[in-house]
Amino acid sequence: MYEVIAQGEGPLFMDPDADKARAFFRKKKRALANKVIPLKDAIAQFVHDGDYLCIGGFGANRTPVAACHEIVRQRRKNLAFFGHTSTHDYQILAAGETFNRCDIAYIIGVEIRGLSPNARRYSESGKVQFCEWTNYALALRLKAAAMGVSYLPGRNVMGTDTFKRSAAKVARCPFTGKLYCLYPAVWPDVSVIHVHEADIYGNARFKGISVCDLELARASKRLIITCERLIHNDEIRRDPSATQIPYFLVDAVCEVPFGAYPGNMVDEYFSDEEQLKLWLESEKEPASFKKFMDQYIYGVQDFEGYLELCGGIKRINQLRAEEHMIDLRTKRSECHA
Amino acid sequence: MPEFNTMELMVIAASRILENGATVGVGTGAPLAASMLAHKMHAPDLVIMFEAGGIAPVLCKMPISVGDSRSYYRSVMASGMCDIMESCQRGMVDYTFLGGAQIDMYGNLNSTVIGDWEKPKARLPGSGGANDFASFCWRILVITPQDARRFVEKVSFITSPGYLDGPGAREKAGLPEESGPHKVITNMAILGYDEETKRMQVESIHHGFTFEDVQKNCGFPLLKAKNIVATPPPTEKELDVLRKEVDPDGYIIRKG
Repeated sequence: MYEVIAQGEGPLFMDPDADKARAFFRKKKRALANKVIPLKDAIAQFVHDGDYLCIGGFGANRTPVAACHEIVRQRRKNLAFFGHTSTHDYQILAAGETFNRCDIAYIIGVEIRGLSPNARRYSESGKVQFCEWTNYALALRLKAAAMGVSYLPGRNVMGTDTFKRSAAKVARCPFTGKLYCLYPAVWPDVSVIHVHEADIYGNARFKGISVCDLELARASKRLIITCERLIHNDEIRRDPSATQIPYFLVDAVCEVPFGAYPGNMVDEYFSDEEQLKLWLESEKEPASFKKFMDQYIYGVQDFEGYLELCGGIKRINQLRAEEHMIDLRTKRSECHA
Repeated sequence: MPEFNTMELMVIAASRILENGATVGVGTGAPLAASMLAHKMHAPDLVIMFEAGGIAPVLCKMPISVGDSRSYYRSVMASGMCDIMESCQRGMVDYTFLGGAQIDMYGNLNSTVIGDWEKPKARLPGSGGANDFASFCWRILVITPQDARRFVEKVSFITSPGYLDGPGAREKAGLPEESGPHKVITNMAILGYDEETKRMQVESIHHGFTFEDVQKNCGFPLLKAKNIVATPPPTEKELDVLRKEVDPDGYIIRKG
């Protein structure tokens, strides 16, 4: 038995018992079935009020933005949110006041673009219960869940207030006598990951950095995949080494081209900095932000409507050029090897 | 001497600390600009790592996010969070380069709240990967303006560990041995830490400032290094590369 030296004071929003998770996964469907449904239906069916929600990607990079919009549009409430590397996703979900509990590693900020005034107001309102962690601490919590164990150790966080406000424990290593911080597993009720390609069964693959999505896909009880495009199962089987998420983890597949806009999708489109700036500027005053939300989120039927408001294919094509660092005026590549 | 703003001065002074061939875990903002500048100036083999997974990219355009596609453009590997942080935890990463809202004399950093955690005056983003980098990397570099509201006697919240409450405290808490704060780069000086007390000390002062200026803009008493030197001012070349190649859109340097 470990000797527990110290304990964080923060709340645990999810039971870390691995056997309870196993009992859930025992019943999870394994069939190789067509799981393609519209995003609207996937959110209605798999994201419930009160759920523990996790969003894949890295803030505004390969993030399932369309799914975040839909969660807000369907007015989900009382979610617990996994604030792992979250930026634009937190901004959207806070705009809808969708969550009332949050495990924090990074929230409110949109990296060098600044802080989201509305997300900050919401986070300071007292409406949300917080627990502090770090990006790696939360990654370890997903990794433990993906492994099917109730915790993993790390050598970070100890001695800080981040620890004090976490729900981690410090314990003595039974082999070396040194201290380790132990992080409880978290099995999100539902997660959404945006990828480049998936087949109808949910076999999925993406380009670029994985952030924490390999662990997240395996830790999640229910998993919605949104993809830039559907591909045939033959294509998956032609190159199985490229598959990062196997179908039996996946509950729904939604084809949502440009689904990470205005974020960056590697090899597809760069982030739309003007649109992200518009979010930040609209947020300065609650009244102007309400107008913005009514127009851009609640006033449209679906994500296609949002894309149209933001300039549609014309804008996407500019962002494609930017992603590939092609200067559209000179038609030249801006960067050379 | 060429003209420059305070942010340009800080970024340039900071960039010189990173030596060629070192590994560095880089946070968002000014640290990113400093690491990029080092890479382009004197450290082409500097291995820049981003928490989201980018390893040793060709930084021909400044990433806006430490996880956007430019953070691993022509990199040696597009990896993930666990791999990067575990490389740090294993002892493979020499430096981390961080920002922060508040810092104290032991180099403890706050990026979580201003005021009381329960009812904060301002809620800030939190640790992100900063605590992880600050726990694991051998040497912590911090870049922040010299300002008594930032250099405080007691930070509202220790988000990321410096030397905690003094010598031996990191090890006692359980953090990896011999790791810890190394330098703080401000617009007035480069500060380090006294070997014995682990307290912050002035080591190098930028052109136009005195020790008294630095002390006046610091909320706790600073120690003096044995030999305080003058920081060489930014060169034309450094300014040129910073403005034209590192940050032509002014994301960082126009904040100066």
